[in-house]
Amino acid sequence: MSKAQYAIEAEGLTKVFGDNKALDNLSIKVPKGSIYGVLGPNGAGKSTMINILATLLKPDAGQATIFGYDVLEQPQIVRQLIGVTGQFASVDETMSAVENLVIFGQLLGLTTKEAHKKATKLLEDFGLTEAAKRPLKKFSGGMRRRLDLAASLLASPPLIFLDEPTTGLDPRTRTQMWHTIRKLVADGSTVLLTTQYLDEADQLADRIAIIDRGTVVAEDTPDGLKNSIGNETLILTVKDADQTEAAEKIAERITKTDVKIINTRQIIVPIADSGLAIDLLIALRKAKIGVKEFKIERPTLDEVFLSITGKKPKTEAKENENDN
Amino acid sequence: MTTKTMAIPTNLKNHTSVKETLRQTLIMAKRGLIKIRRNPEQLADVLIQPIIFTLLFTFLFGGAIAGDIASYLPIIIPGILVQSVITGSIATGVQLRDDMDKGVFNRFRSLPIARIAPLAGALLADVLRYAIIVTLTMLMGFILGMNPTGGLFGVLAASLLVIVVGWCISWIFAFMGTIMRTSSSVTGVSMIVLMPLTFLSNAFVPVDTLPSILKAFAEINPVSHIISAVRELLAAGTIGTDFWWAIVGSLTIVAIFAPLALHAYKKKA
Ligand SMILES: Nc1ncnc2c1ncn2[C@@H]1O[C@H](COP(=O)(O)OP(=O)(O)OP(=O)(O)O)[C@@H](O)[C@H]1O
Ligand SMILES: [Mg+2]
Repeated sequence: MSKAQYAIEAEGLTKVFGDNKALDNLSIKVPKGSIYGVLGPNGAGKSTMINILATLLKPDAGQATIFGYDVLEQPQIVRQLIGVTGQFASVDETMSAVENLVIFGQLLGLTTKEAHKKATKLLEDFGLTEAAKRPLKKFSGGMRRRLDLAASLLASPPLIFLDEPTTGLDPRTRTQMWHTIRKLVADGSTVLLTTQYLDEADQLADRIAIIDRGTVVAEDTPDGLKNSIGNETLILTVKDADQTEAAEKIAERITKTDVKIINTRQIIVPIADSGLAIDLLIALRKAKIGVKEFKIERPTLDEVFLSITGKKPKTEAKENENDN
Repeated sequence: MTTKTMAIPTNLKNHTSVKETLRQTLIMAKRGLIKIRRNPEQLADVLIQPIIFTLLFTFLFGGAIAGDIASYLPIIIPGILVQSVITGSIATGVQLRDDMDKGVFNRFRSLPIARIAPLAGALLADVLRYAIIVTLTMLMGFILGMNPTGGLFGVLAASLLVIVVGWCISWIFAFMGTIMRTSSSVTGVSMIVLMPLTFLSNAFVPVDTLPSILKAFAEINPVSHIISAVRELLAAGTIGTDFWWAIVGSLTIVAIFAPLALHAYKKKA
């Protein structure tokens, strides 16, 4: 059983709430030891999927296994293999961070002493030591989120579900969270995370499933997804604003594509073959058009998302946007 | 890329043993106690009711019903004991409802623990509440001059009986807590059920003084049997048929409502 090839294998999951199909025949396969990103807009069914895989919710149809164990037939085994950090904090507000972790640890079978030790270690790892004894009511959103994740790691589970782990975190805390997630995988866990942020999926995930209206509409590596919608683009800035139009004409002649002027000195050129970029630069020099800057950009996941779902995704806080 | 992956244990079991279940229940009870310690004002009603009720009923009805206060105390103290504990057990359902709305119950449901542990643990912690009610009411009785002729055994056995009964009855409200949407609806419905049960009993007045329909109800009312058992223990220190009826009735309640509550809890998304 434990020789299962995948950490998660779900087939045909369907869940209906009233007349609202939250999941519609969703299938997904998550390889062991990877970070798997599930990307989708609000209401796509991300949380519903996690709840079913984490045995919190029963599907109306379909089946799923975690490391080969069926979520419906062997839920108690599945629970021993997973850690869940839900979209909304699942810790006890009236108790302190230590008290929370110790109770969860004991429930997981640790002795009081072991639970204290593990709690102290985790609080340290997550930078919560100072606040350990304070009641959670005084915790910030980010602290709560970190405590929540810490609570999911008490048993060092081989599979960890993270439902929008960074929503509402400031850029610095988000980067820390990314670091933590990468470390989990380096230590041998498998992580399934959902996000509405494309660059988060791009940065973290080994594979990405884009889900929309309860079903998987695309699944690939981040690069694969980007390649699937086409070509690279060249963004070119000329020195002299008067020459922008001339540059556009030349670019159109050379690449035989539709070149756009995006501001007074910038044009954007789709290129199928990077050799053309060199031809273009040579042509521009011959025409005595000074080039201030140029860069080749791959399509962003935003464009992938838009072209697949027809919706614009949430955009990320600028601090984290690193395009080179 | 070579990735190391965690080994998956092969000896995993899909059920929780009785021993583990008990251990987890105790841990959950400990959690309940921590919460009470953090938030002691939730015990306010528990502290106030026995005191107010004892004073109120004793001085208001004592003369009219039993001639004088001293002879009313053996009647009223058991009545207030049982009534306060049963009313106090509503709080179990209310708090469970509040608790289950919080995210932490989602975590409990995702842990490999017995499904009954969070419920049973919460109910177990509430034994503290009943113990406080019983102690305070007894104390009030003694201050006002109650003289339990059943001796120490009678007092202890009566206290224990009331606590056990209260715990068993709290399963009814635990069930209501799991099926109802808001904690105020739990309070409302519970009160409607409880008012006739506690007042249409032998708690405050001798059953003989009631009109015949009410009398018939008061006589079969299980609450009357519990109160009679407590009176007998306090007055004579003996265990009679009422005691056994109280125990059988209480266990029946657990047998019916614990599975119902568990089922409803499991189903809850
Ligand atoms: N318990 C429920 N009862 C009724 N409808 C529900 C319930 N849970 C989810 N839904 C509906 O199912 C759909 C999918 O919800 P879900 O929470 O899985 O989306 P999501 O992708 O997690 O969205 P978000 O990004 O907002 O968290 C939504 O239309 C939601 O309204
Ligand atoms: Mg969600």
